[in-house]
Amino acid sequence: MKKILIFGFTLFAAIISGFGCAPAAPKTDRVVIWHWMTDRDKAFQELATQYEKETGIKVILELYAPSDVYSQKIIAAAQAKILPDIFGILDKKSVVADFINGGFVADLTTDFKANGAEWESSLFPKALSVNRFDENNPYKVTPGIYGVPIDVMNIQMLYNKNLLKKAGIAKPPATIEEWIEASAALKRVGISGFVSGWGELWMADAFASNYAFNIMGEDKVMATFRGEVPYTDPSWIKVFGVFADLQSKGVFATGIVTKTNKDAEQDFALERAAFAFNGSWCVNVYNEMNSKLEYGVMLPPVANKDRPMKIWGGAGSSFFVNNVSPNKVKAIAFLKWLTAKEQQTYLAEKTQNLPVNKLALATIPPILADFSLSMESTTHPTIWPLNEDALVIEAFDKGLQSIIIGEKTPEQVGADVQKVKLRQTEKQKKKK
Amino acid sequence: MSTTTVKANPFVNFKDYAGNFLFIFPAVTLFTIFYIIPFFQIFQLSLYDWNGISQTKTFIGLDNFKELMVDTAWWRSMWNAGYITLIALTFQNALAFALALACDREIRLKGFYRVVFFLPPVLSEIVVGFIWRWILNADVQANQHIGLLNYFLDAVGLNSLVHNWLSDPDTAMTCVAVVHSWKGFGWGFIMLLAGLQTIDRQLYEAAQVDGASSWSTFWNVTIPMMLPVITVVIVLTILGAMQSFALIISMMGQGLGDHTSVPVTRILSAMNGTKQFGYACAQGVTFGIILVFISFTLKKFSDRMKQA
Repeated sequence: MKKILIFGFTLFAAIISGFGCAPAAPKTDRVVIWHWMTDRDKAFQELATQYEKETGIKVILELYAPSDVYSQKIIAAAQAKILPDIFGILDKKSVVADFINGGFVADLTTDFKANGAEWESSLFPKALSVNRFDENNPYKVTPGIYGVPIDVMNIQMLYNKNLLKKAGIAKPPATIEEWIEASAALKRVGISGFVSGWGELWMADAFASNYAFNIMGEDKVMATFRGEVPYTDPSWIKVFGVFADLQSKGVFATGIVTKTNKDAEQDFALERAAFAFNGSWCVNVYNEMNSKLEYGVMLPPVANKDRPMKIWGGAGSSFFVNNVSPNKVKAIAFLKWLTAKEQQTYLAEKTQNLPVNKLALATIPPILADFSLSMESTTHPTIWPLNEDALVIEAFDKGLQSIIIGEKTPEQVGADVQKVKLRQTEKQKKKK
Repeated sequence: MSTTTVKANPFVNFKDYAGNFLFIFPAVTLFTIFYIIPFFQIFQLSLYDWNGISQTKTFIGLDNFKELMVDTAWWRSMWNAGYITLIALTFQNALAFALALACDREIRLKGFYRVVFFLPPVLSEIVVGFIWRWILNADVQANQHIGLLNYFLDAVGLNSLVHNWLSDPDTAMTCVAVVHSWKGFGWGFIMLLAGLQTIDRQLYEAAQVDGASSWSTFWNVTIPMMLPVITVVIVLTILGAMQSFALIISMMGQGLGDHTSVPVTRILSAMNGTKQFGYACAQGVTFGIILVFISFTLKKFSDRMKQA
């Protein structure tokens, strides 16, 4: 009995003490980074080794992929207060604001503005604006710059030069009508028109957003978010109509609604589709899948010739510094080093992503240079003065799917989305 | 005649109790830490409006539960999970039972069959999802079907059956349910086979001597003796099918509107997508209660059947 008691107690004590441990104190001789960028991990590791040689400071990079798993890990780590020295927040500006207001993110404004704003001026302003919070921002964040962009991206359309030639198409389409004609020509020679990873809903959302800006302009889109313009407005019906038209004219590839971006990238790289909608990160992916692929970059064909097409773009990936980290200064110094010209040139060369440092642009490959030409046409939810409610976005994206699978008309989707919008607006009012 | 009464020694009883309690104490502690406490914490969070990050949580009482009651997307996901469960309970378990009965007999290569039938369950759901995604792919390149199923249908002249399996709301959920059953039938097979092998062979011999037909033997010997195993298989099938998730994600990406959503994908979407942490907790609590209710109902039903 005595033995049993001793054994039982010891076991119980061991178990309980294991759970009762406080998190180990962070080590101050190293900078720990959690990232999600599988394609860039090797290059990051090499840069970390180089940094240690130059400064004596060890940088430990821990990879957690895919990105949605990473996001969950970051949220859980914030709740448990065990965030690393440097981390990413892969979400909307409102979520970044929650992290900042929660005291998890360091304000880097002073560092960016030091030495006559040397660091700030070396980077693309559009990329920086993603992490900048201005006066009177709706998220009640103290104005400042809170994150460090490490590359730049934009999401555009791509076309396969050989397939277009095969179908007798002289130049990439500039309008929806031309696009539909081109797709018909491609179909005649057995080539699928357009592919994208719309099984990942945000990509379809980005595409729709391009057309919303093209058809009605930013002001009206923002007015919709504020609840002043309904989703049943003719302009929105026209946006939904673009999807209905392209679907009914056979422009979209089969199964586009459930295709992951990886599958879509494979389809385009293996020349199964003539057009794709993808981000500038695709250069590296296509290169790995088919180094002989000949393709060009184009803006999505306009639906409204009187207004320019706007595409999503800006900071590709950003890092944030843990506000309560004892290694804050070291972490900021490393990010400063990482965004300097030499390191950015190295990253662009190794990972085929657009560099965030303006001086590194001179050395990038031609296809990336083509992507960079449209940076002036970029916009992004993270730089909009306000964002749509998440549940409305969900209803909107599901509505796009419904149109593509022929389940609902643009008018029905407009009415459905508006219903959710009204419900959410009512809820927000109640909260206030 | 004399009777001797053993007087209970309270100290011995206490020692016995203490010894027994001590043995189950670690298990109870672990269960409490990992199940009971988190459940109540989740219930507590379900009473708040919280996005999972913000330092402030607003207490809203049972509002999340009220909203859940009228959330058509949630009930649609329950319906979808019910559909997968129904296919699993019928198709999957019937297949598992039939194969278990076959392998219980003296047939050649039965060891080989056992291994083969148990292969799908040991594969990762993600891997199975990707494999079937490729099989059901509807893409075409140079007039050739890329997906194995459509390629096969085309090759044997059944072009009319070539279909966009995963992007058509009429077939997407059935495809998921069939793949789930394909992946899961091996568990049922092993458990049912183990159950069949515990039945005393003398019972079959006695039935044979009495002149019982095969059907009568099956119905009056095999089924009653297998009832406890069948109940466990049914409960596990229901719990597994209702909570299927990784397979759907790997086969369908973020899904086909509400056509392929299941409760777990809705919970994930509320937690990670729309950042309604409190609402996701309310979904989790409700879903947990529904599953516990189903399990207890089945247990009661099985007990009654045994008594009958």
